[in-house]
Amino acid sequence: MADIFALMLSAVLIENFIFSRFYGCCPFLGVSEKPATALGMGCAVVFVMTLSSALTYALYYCILVPFALTYLKTIAFILAIAALVQFIEMFLRRFMPALHGALGIYLPLITTNCAVLGAALLNIEQGFDFLHAVVFGFSAGLGFTMAIVIFAGVRQKMVFCDPPKAFRGFPLTLLAAALAAMAFSGFSGLQIG
Amino acid sequence: MKATKKTSFYREHLIEGLFTNNPTFVQLLGMCPTLAVTTSLKNAIGMGLSATAVLMFSNLFISLLRKRIPAEVRIAAYIVIISGFLTAIEMLLHAFIPSLYASLGLFIPLIVVNCIILARAEAFASKNPPLRSLFDGLAMGLGFTFALSLLGFVRELLGAGTVLGYDVTFGVVEPMLFFIMPSGAFLTLAILIAAVNAIRARAAQKAATRVSQAEEKEGKEEASHG
Repeated sequence: MADIFALMLSAVLIENFIFSRFYGCCPFLGVSEKPATALGMGCAVVFVMTLSSALTYALYYCILVPFALTYLKTIAFILAIAALVQFIEMFLRRFMPALHGALGIYLPLITTNCAVLGAALLNIEQGFDFLHAVVFGFSAGLGFTMAIVIFAGVRQKMVFCDPPKAFRGFPLTLLAAALAAMAFSGFSGLQIG
Repeated sequence: MKATKKTSFYREHLIEGLFTNNPTFVQLLGMCPTLAVTTSLKNAIGMGLSATAVLMFSNLFISLLRKRIPAEVRIAAYIVIISGFLTAIEMLLHAFIPSLYASLGLFIPLIVVNCIILARAEAFASKNPPLRSLFDGLAMGLGFTFALSLLGFVRELLGAGTVLGYDVTFGVVEPMLFFIMPSGAFLTLAILIAAVNAIRARAAQKAATRVSQAEEKEGKEEASHG
């Protein structure tokens, strides 16, 4: 149990997907204008990442390894993720329309979110077992959500500032991300276990 | 006539990919690898050229198949084509440049979800003939490589005091480790994009004054004629 907790803590804080690994920077910089949309995107990512970790783990060890096809894992994983996202969308639309209304518009964006594929590949690379893989997917998604929600709050305050012309827009967003990343790098000194 | 038109397309497209419509600095695409692998110039060039190779071949094949791929499943088809070429590049790197393969790590398979490649497939290769799409891949890929190299050069120089692994500080100045760290990546990219914005604004202003001066001249000439 202790190592599960350590894994979660390290995935959320120390090796945060955005601030230390740079997975999922596109949605992080693109969909972080309002905290509400950021939270919606984050929830969709947690949802898909947990399920895709389980699915790609099963795909890798039940199909790719027995048939010696491990070199195809990138193709197999991206297709599995795309199919999963499509399936989740159909399922939510049919059975949970309220949740679909909240998350629906973010789901198609997730297929090309490198955080999801990154988590699936990291699970294999680090040799996790099934439980650890699912927990890692869930907590990495949680770390992503935390980062994007905090950052959306920061960006809302930035609306009121008056930067030099060349820094307006994207460069200013990157500067704020630099400061946020600096704060998160403080966690790298954290010792667990 | 036709020949000059063709060469001007290639020249203009190369300038567009490298400078005026640079995928990283102007289109702001593909931020994940841009920020992650630019800790050194060598990694940046390796990443840029791998992505260029994938982009060229995927553009070529998507363009060849553009009339056969049904519109409803085109994104899935593009992803399969891209990841096929990516797997080939990944295996070649693993076999022939293992040190680069090790240092780029998971960011090689993640080229498949690089927005630049999908964006070029959707915006250019699906509408244009094969040769032009191949060249578009080359131009945009070189633009990406150029941006990555610039970022990698600055970060390696300031953060480690080296260029391509060779020490250039001669023990006189202490390198600032900050630029190698994630926050340094965001900061360096912010300043580079701001610099690009400033240059573009100045160029636009110059062009505008040139136009207004020309108009003024014309107006004067007309007046004198009158």
